[in-house]
Amino acid sequence: MAITTTKSLFLRGLIDSLPFLLVASPFGLLFGVLAAEAGLNVLEALAFSLAVFAGAAQFTALQLLQENTPLLIVLTSALAVNLRMGMYSASLTPYLGDAPMWQRACAAYMTVDQSYALSIVKFEDEPEMTTSQRMAYFFGTTSVIAPSWMIATVIGAWVGAQIPASWGLDFVLPLAFLAMIGPMLRTPAHMVACFVAIVASLPATLMPHNLGLIVAGLAGMMAGAQTELWLERAAARSNAEQETAP
Amino acid sequence: MNTFDQTSLWIVIIGMALGSFALRFAFIGFMGGRKMPDWLMRHLRYTAVAILPALVTPLVVWPSPTGGETSLPHLAVAALTFAVGYLTRNVLWALLSGVCGFLLLFLLG
Repeated sequence: MAITTTKSLFLRGLIDSLPFLLVASPFGLLFGVLAAEAGLNVLEALAFSLAVFAGAAQFTALQLLQENTPLLIVLTSALAVNLRMGMYSASLTPYLGDAPMWQRACAAYMTVDQSYALSIVKFEDEPEMTTSQRMAYFFGTTSVIAPSWMIATVIGAWVGAQIPASWGLDFVLPLAFLAMIGPMLRTPAHMVACFVAIVASLPATLMPHNLGLIVAGLAGMMAGAQTELWLERAAARSNAEQETAP
Repeated sequence: MNTFDQTSLWIVIIGMALGSFALRFAFIGFMGGRKMPDWLMRHLRYTAVAILPALVTPLVVWPSPTGGETSLPHLAVAALTFAVGYLTRNVLWALLSGVCGFLLLFLLG
């Protein structure tokens, strides 16, 4: 049996995260290219990735900025896309909440889809890990992903600056989002949320200042939450019926 | 096509940096082990699957390369990207199909 030192856990996390490079790098590249197409220089694109470090939210903000949306709505929409980070943070808290404040602050910055997905599985599987071992694993999962996201952004921005706007690359952005949405639809409630948001989004474009995005998003969220409740109640009812049946 | 000014860009970058960090730090930093209300968690679970489709749909139905005119080829490439993502459960295959579809649109259009 392997000795689980803090260092080996850091390496373990690092190795576990390597497959995700295949996903993070193309999206970082794409963000750089689209940022350049939108008129950002390499430095601005890098600052964006460094400061925000959240792919989907960065794409959202970039798109809305180009549509001359009021800044408050750009920020609200992009942060809404990032709300799931709050959920991740909430679900990691029981495992990492005892760590020193500076570590928790670093971990907060490093909370992304990949580090969360890997870590939560690891922490649930191995409840005997100490908080410092968990932190080591968690930081391991982002120590390659984070720099490669930044480097990919820079390369993308540099390449993108050479591509003429006439190529119509802006259509790749909705495609990138569509690629992300498919794998997220794991339950019937996810599908209802997605469907309602799609249907609501078209008439909602009539609202000024891209406000319709937030309205359609909220409609989808409520539909998803409601469906989840209904399905849970229906399941509970059918269980109860089975138990009382002779 | 730089339609927004530097100030707006930096306000968005800094605002998003602070906002994203606050979202990520709020719970781990301050909440400790306390639980969030169920109804809130239930809604939060559906933010990404609702907001992203709401953002994408108008961009696909009225694509910018055609000047906003609905185009069957663009709809088809979008549907393909989504379908591959849904069926393979793999973002990378989906993105790859999308990019191939886009190249096809580019070469034919």
